[in-house]
Amino acid sequence: MSVFSFDPVTAVLLIPIGSAVLLAALPGYRLTARLNVVASLATFLSALSLFVIERPQPGPYVQIDDLNIVFIVLNTFVGFTTSVFSASYIAHEIETGRLTPVYLRFYHAMYQTMMFGMNLAFASNNIGLMWVAVEVATLTTVLMVGIYRTHAALEAAWKYFILGSVGIAFALFGTILVYMAARPIVGEGQDGMVWTVLIQHAANFDPALLNVAFIFLFLGYGTKVGLAPLHAWLPDAHAEGPTPISAVLSGLLLNVALYALLRFKILLTANPAAIAPGPLMVTMGLLSLVFASFMLYRRRDIKRLFAYSSIEHMGIIVFAFGMGGPLANFAGLLHMVMHSLTKSAIFYAVGHISQIKGTQRIANIRGLTVTHPALGWGLVIGVVAIAGLPPLGIFMSEFLVVSSTFARQPLLALALVFGLLLAFGALTLRLTSVAFGEPRGSKKPAEASYVPMFAHLALVFGAGIYLPAPLVVWFQHVARLLG
Amino acid sequence: MHSLSFDVSHTLAGGLVLISFMMLYQDRLYSLLNVFALHALVLAFSVAWQAYIQNAPHLYVTAAIALVFKAIVIPVALHRIVQQLGIHRDIESAVGIGPTMLAGMGLVALSMVLMLRVTADADPLAREDLAFALSVVLLGLLVMVTRRNAVSQVVGFMSLENGLVLAATGAKGMPLVVEISVAFSILIAFIVIGIFLFRIRERFDSVDVSALDDFRGERR
Repeated sequence: MSVFSFDPVTAVLLIPIGSAVLLAALPGYRLTARLNVVASLATFLSALSLFVIERPQPGPYVQIDDLNIVFIVLNTFVGFTTSVFSASYIAHEIETGRLTPVYLRFYHAMYQTMMFGMNLAFASNNIGLMWVAVEVATLTTVLMVGIYRTHAALEAAWKYFILGSVGIAFALFGTILVYMAARPIVGEGQDGMVWTVLIQHAANFDPALLNVAFIFLFLGYGTKVGLAPLHAWLPDAHAEGPTPISAVLSGLLLNVALYALLRFKILLTANPAAIAPGPLMVTMGLLSLVFASFMLYRRRDIKRLFAYSSIEHMGIIVFAFGMGGPLANFAGLLHMVMHSLTKSAIFYAVGHISQIKGTQRIANIRGLTVTHPALGWGLVIGVVAIAGLPPLGIFMSEFLVVSSTFARQPLLALALVFGLLLAFGALTLRLTSVAFGEPRGSKKPAEASYVPMFAHLALVFGAGIYLPAPLVVWFQHVARLLG
Repeated sequence: MHSLSFDVSHTLAGGLVLISFMMLYQDRLYSLLNVFALHALVLAFSVAWQAYIQNAPHLYVTAAIALVFKAIVIPVALHRIVQQLGIHRDIESAVGIGPTMLAGMGLVALSMVLMLRVTADADPLAREDLAFALSVVLLGLLVMVTRRNAVSQVVGFMSLENGLVLAATGAKGMPLVVEISVAFSILIAFIVIGIFLFRIRERFDSVDVSALDDFRGERR
């Protein structure tokens, strides 16, 4: 392959990091916001071309396989739409003086660095490199959560910092243990950290060591997924940071951590003597789901409300993967994709709403469908989707999770359905007060870009009605890989 | 020769656990920072010794980072922050010293039992190293949860991270150790800068949006 030939894998990684440097250097927010959009679009297009090109052989650091290609494309797509939303959102923040141009430059550079970290985490073929990439993504989001420099934002960033750091510290200890388990089999050095090598030899690893490693990895990356006892950072970080960051945090960063967990789950299932990761994941998933559903009732801040809803959905997804088997895995994958699209669309709507009303308090927002029909109805569709009503995409995936659970563990399915209904009730309760009724708060028109929000909702709607056959085949194939 | 190299690394790793215990009962920030500097110093020796017995020259870089960055630069920077914030007398522990020490002993016992049991087949050097490293990690975590003060939480996190570096160097031939210790150093540098940001709180009485808006208004 010549130097000049187009290499999408490199492009997916190099475009974000290159544009991060460029965005840090350029002044002027209109220009940089547009450049951010262009760079994100270019990354997305290169990611799309991964489908058509011949895949490169997995190297010691980077690989592209059937599992991560889905996530890379989803990641870059939501990254692109969020950059469009961010451009219209940030212009407003500059006008109201919440952010200064210097901070904005920093914001855009960090945005692209975060995209780089997430893409690298997906594409990495090396457990050490993956850990570093997740750390890069975490650090940049921490810095962006604290960007408003208010007391609450700094507190949230600090909490995220400390909990996130402990999480990645545990993940590193688990990574070291995996290397220790691999060393007697595959030998010293590089090979002990390469996925493709690890998977081949996983059956011969010392199961006891692998078990302990998985506990640490589960606690570590689980903190970043936001599973129930370890979730404390998540609502604060979502509520206090800029809304585009809430959208990528919920839609993408949680997926990155979950993807890391899934990889290690594959490793563990490849070893027959090791503990089955399933029961652990099922327990934590159910706990998160039920806990978050109860918490939804007591939220007064609209961004916090949807942050807890993210915990709830992560619970469902971890539960589905914990159940395992082709059907539940398929449902989990579909739910991951649907949740990313829906949750980011909701955050786009919420971002503009809180800008118009000047508040995030649910009590001060009323009658949106009357004053701002497009935003209001967008939010209604989004919440209907996230609550799992037909005919939208999340209904499909939740239905699959529930029915596959009923077939195998009816008692667990009861708990699952209980949590789902609880969350459904809380969301409709809040939605009716926000979207309908006598309008309250500012009525000034929204200067919003609706394209990203409705594009996501259209995709979710489309997926609920008809899933293209090639996509289904692909997901079924990946679901089998997950074991 | 083998038994000597084993004894030395054993002593150094055990010393780290002991110094982690010393952190648990420090009730002043300055003394906590001094103990941490000692912790980092012993870590640097331990890593350098591993580099020597494993014949892995790249580990000397990690040892140098531990020595310069963690034993000198960070403690000095934190000393200055503590001085400027005037919080050196703050004793904000959430749990008393007695229960904390008991919990620490429990954690060390736990990590010994756990690691020695699951690594029965590994070579003794790596095995003991890993058990000590997990003790240091858990004790660091204990420091973090028993303190309310941001600076002592950071010290707890850094000692936790020292335990991870110990584990990574003990795992013979593990790649990316240097890179990971660099990544951690960057993380810690950011955390320390984060504490600096907290000084905004001291500058304005209450840091809300309006206070910052006023500030911007004056400059314009």
